Amino acid sequence: MSVLPSSVVASLDDILLRHRHQATELLQILIQAQQIEGWLPAATLTHIAAALGLPRARVEGVAGFYSFLYTQPVGRYRVLFSDNITDRMLGNAELLDALCRKLWIEPGHLSEDGLVSVTTTSCTGLCDQGPAMLVNGRAIGQLSHRRINEIAELIRQQRPLELWPAEYFQIDDNIRRRDALLGLDMPPGAALQAAVARGRDGWLAEMQASNLRGRGGAGFATAVKWASAKNAPGAPKVIVCNADEGEPGTFKDRVLLNSFADLVFEGMSLAAWAVGASQGFLYLRGEYRYLLPQLEAVLARRRAAGLLGTGILGQAGFDFDIAIHLGAGAYVCGEESALIESLEGKRGTPRIRPPFPVTKGYLGRPTVVNNVETLAKTCLIALGGGEAFAATGTAQSAGTKLLSISGDCAMPGIYEYPFGVPISRVLEDCGASDTQAVQVGGASGICLAGYEFHRRIAYEDVPTAGAFMIFDGTRDLFDVARAFVHFFAHESCGFCTPCRVGTSLLKGFMDKLADGHGAQADLADIDWLDRLLKNASHCGLGSAAPNPVIDTLQKFRPAYERRLVSLDFEPAFDLDAALAEARQLTGRDDSGAHLKTHEEDEK
Amino acid sequence: MTKQFLLDGQPVPFDDGQTILEAARKAGHYIPSLCWHKDFPPHGSCKLCVVKAAGRHVSACATPAKEGWEVESNTPEINGERRGLLQMLFVEGNHFCPSCEKSGNCELQALAYEYEVLTPRFRHFFPDRPVDASHPDVLLDFNRCIFCELCVRASREIDGKSVFALTGRGIGKHLVVNAESGQLGDTDFSATDAAAHICPVGVILPKGTGFAVPIGERSFDVATIRSKTLKESS
Ligand SMILES: Cc1cc2nc3c(=O)[nH]c(=O)nc-3n(C[C@H](O)[C@H](O)[C@H](O)COP(=O)(O)O)c2cc1C
Ligand code: SF4
Ligand code: SF4
Repeated sequence: MSVLPSSVVASLDDILLRHRHQATELLQILIQAQQIEGWLPAATLTHIAAALGLPRARVEGVAGFYSFLYTQPVGRYRVLFSDNITDRMLGNAELLDALCRKLWIEPGHLSEDGLVSVTTTSCTGLCDQGPAMLVNGRAIGQLSHRRINEIAELIRQQRPLELWPAEYFQIDDNIRRRDALLGLDMPPGAALQAAVARGRDGWLAEMQASNLRGRGGAGFATAVKWASAKNAPGAPKVIVCNADEGEPGTFKDRVLLNSFADLVFEGMSLAAWAVGASQGFLYLRGEYRYLLPQLEAVLARRRAAGLLGTGILGQAGFDFDIAIHLGAGAYVCGEESALIESLEGKRGTPRIRPPFPVTKGYLGRPTVVNNVETLAKTCLIALGGGEAFAATGTAQSAGTKLLSISGDCAMPGIYEYPFGVPISRVLEDCGASDTQAVQVGGASGICLAGYEFHRRIAYEDVPTAGAFMIFDGTRDLFDVARAFVHFFAHESCGFCTPCRVGTSLLKGFMDKLADGHGAQADLADIDWLDRLLKNASHCGLGSAAPNPVIDTLQKFRPAYERRLVSLDFEPAFDLDAALAEARQLTGRDDSGAHLKTHEEDEK
Repeated sequence: MTKQFLLDGQPVPFDDGQTILEAARKAGHYIPSLCWHKDFPPHGSCKLCVVKAAGRHVSACATPAKEGWEVESNTPEINGERRGLLQMLFVEGNHFCPSCEKSGNCELQALAYEYEVLTPRFRHFFPDRPVDASHPDVLLDFNRCIFCELCVRASREIDGKSVFALTGRGIGKHLVVNAESGQLGDTDFSATDAAAHICPVGVILPKGTGFAVPIGERSFDVATIRSKTLKESS
């Protein structure tokens, strides 16, 4: 066993103490322990395991699961380029190359002096101000060649991040359209006061009357969820706010947390009042770590104001407080049961359901998991009443929806619309022209073609967790689908066979097509894989993974067929390309040094 | 009156709380599995037990049976999916059956015969997974791991040791052992552990016993996995 320097041991023990040596805090402990040396050496894992009384292998298992935890050295400056399709459309690849060239490093490789590493990461939720990157976890948007030059210089000079120009870290809300929620100016506590005045049952009845449905994707009736948790045996009950917001193209929760945090926390308290819960968690995606200090400050203010803690608003027995837990780069942790595993300090593997979290969630206790926006909306219901809320939107979709708009349009940002708004209206408002397609609901959502733009945003027509990515006539929808397939393969937790292997196989087929080696038979295999993923996957990640391919194959088939060679079967392995190295070595490039593998070559 | 559901049109009785898989096997109907084990709660990861219950795909091992359900299992659609899943398990690892000492005792191989998996269908991944020969009595050949976590569960729950765990994510997921060196020889693992004898494929191999039973006389040489499983469940 290797020995840790005593200063490292002291820091680790301090972190462990702050987390009371609780195994449920393992992920939080690892995140903080990583701050010491920038990564997690083997001896650090051993020390943490021993201190928590956990098998070392389990600690290694958790450390190896999350993208932002490193068990191999990374640069003292760790640069991660956001790699959503919208970042790609804004030229992130070229910027990444430019930065690597300036720093004399290869993408994905640590520089020899250990100074810097540069690679990509899944969507960081800055699509309205991309291309974006994270440097040592801090978000920087609006990257340009100029900014990249400056950043290369700052890294070369080893300037501490705190001394970089403040405007780099300026993240804008870009709110373009306000409706009921974003137009609300509520003094903290007002909604809670109204709900407390109605009593716990009266408040739940208001929620029932509101017909509020979850904004996190599935659209489950919020009051039904709350009532189930309320009626389930077991205590103390738990309220979780799902701020994992990992769906590519979604960034509305970022804005709510940045500028409307009181509404979000108040929504959690409203849920606690209805359910009789005493413990709350905000699960904040690692990409939004920069919001942590200000969120903690809001929590502190609310505690001081008697809106959190014991005997809230003078009600004996209304005890509730909120802790913030950080994620560490794992989209699957947005799935509610994986999120709960992660909260318990484990690998983010989705559980077998049932039992659902409302009966057996965090540590086996009844747990409500709601989206950030869902919880914020409950303030409107507490203030204005359930019926008034139900009267807005459409028959099956009460209220408004926040859309995160990005891609090819003049004014990307956050737009709040009453449910029922047609796609065409949204496109007009954000200044989109020559629109070829819109991806609604993120990578796992639906790709709409021009003939569908009359359709409406609503659970009964086009449901969405909020992403709205626009592609104009210059874009290739195959590239879009391929980017999303790469995303799912990267984010698959690996638990179940169909998704673990299937997403990688699908990625292989898409890459084969992209490289110009696709054959008709591959489309049949893609079709078959799509169906298996949909049918046999353990959770929503795997079953949604083929969506972008299914939609684009159906609606933009020429984008695929263009890429097929005319053979029925084409090996993924390119013989001619394999000879490239030999050609380079021998300095030959004549026709005798090439192999013909395509019929077309012979024409 | 006992409750029952229909499996491929045939009535299957069940007790409350019993899963589709348990009830079916008890009644003499085979549903395949790799990660399920009678001594542990369902895991639901291999997905070979996939069935269609009331029109929806579910894992038979993890889904409690329901009165009156119509469940499809032995159909061309479902068997085709199982064949595909087996092919996936073959291509993601390095399985070269003729040179594997588990050949004939391997459940993956037996299922491939059962479901007539004749070709790999997909491109091979050829992952780089080193062999661990550090332990005096047991060899680990990670090339064949199918991530059923039976060793993880057995070591934790029966042996009380937690010698094994999974790390990594997605297609990079892999098995590790409970030692900073990463070597089995540095753990408290013993060839008498339950975990040493639970691997359904050829990863965890007690040394010196490999070819004790000659090929041709091994478990699945003398009986199909279907008949062996049904016999054990009756
Ligand atoms: C792979 C996957 C990722 C998800 N990511 C999120 C997420 O980032 N945020 C979220 O609120 N819900 C996400 N969900 C949905 C949650 O499982 C859950 O349904 C939701 O948080 C419930 O909140 P709601 O009822 O308020 O919508 C995800 C689901 C899946 C399958
Ligand atoms: S579908 Fe994918 S993400 Fe979900 S459990 Fe299976 S492997 Fe994990
Ligand atoms: S080593 Fe064997 S028992 Fe353990 S997870 Fe792999 S296949 Fe399963």
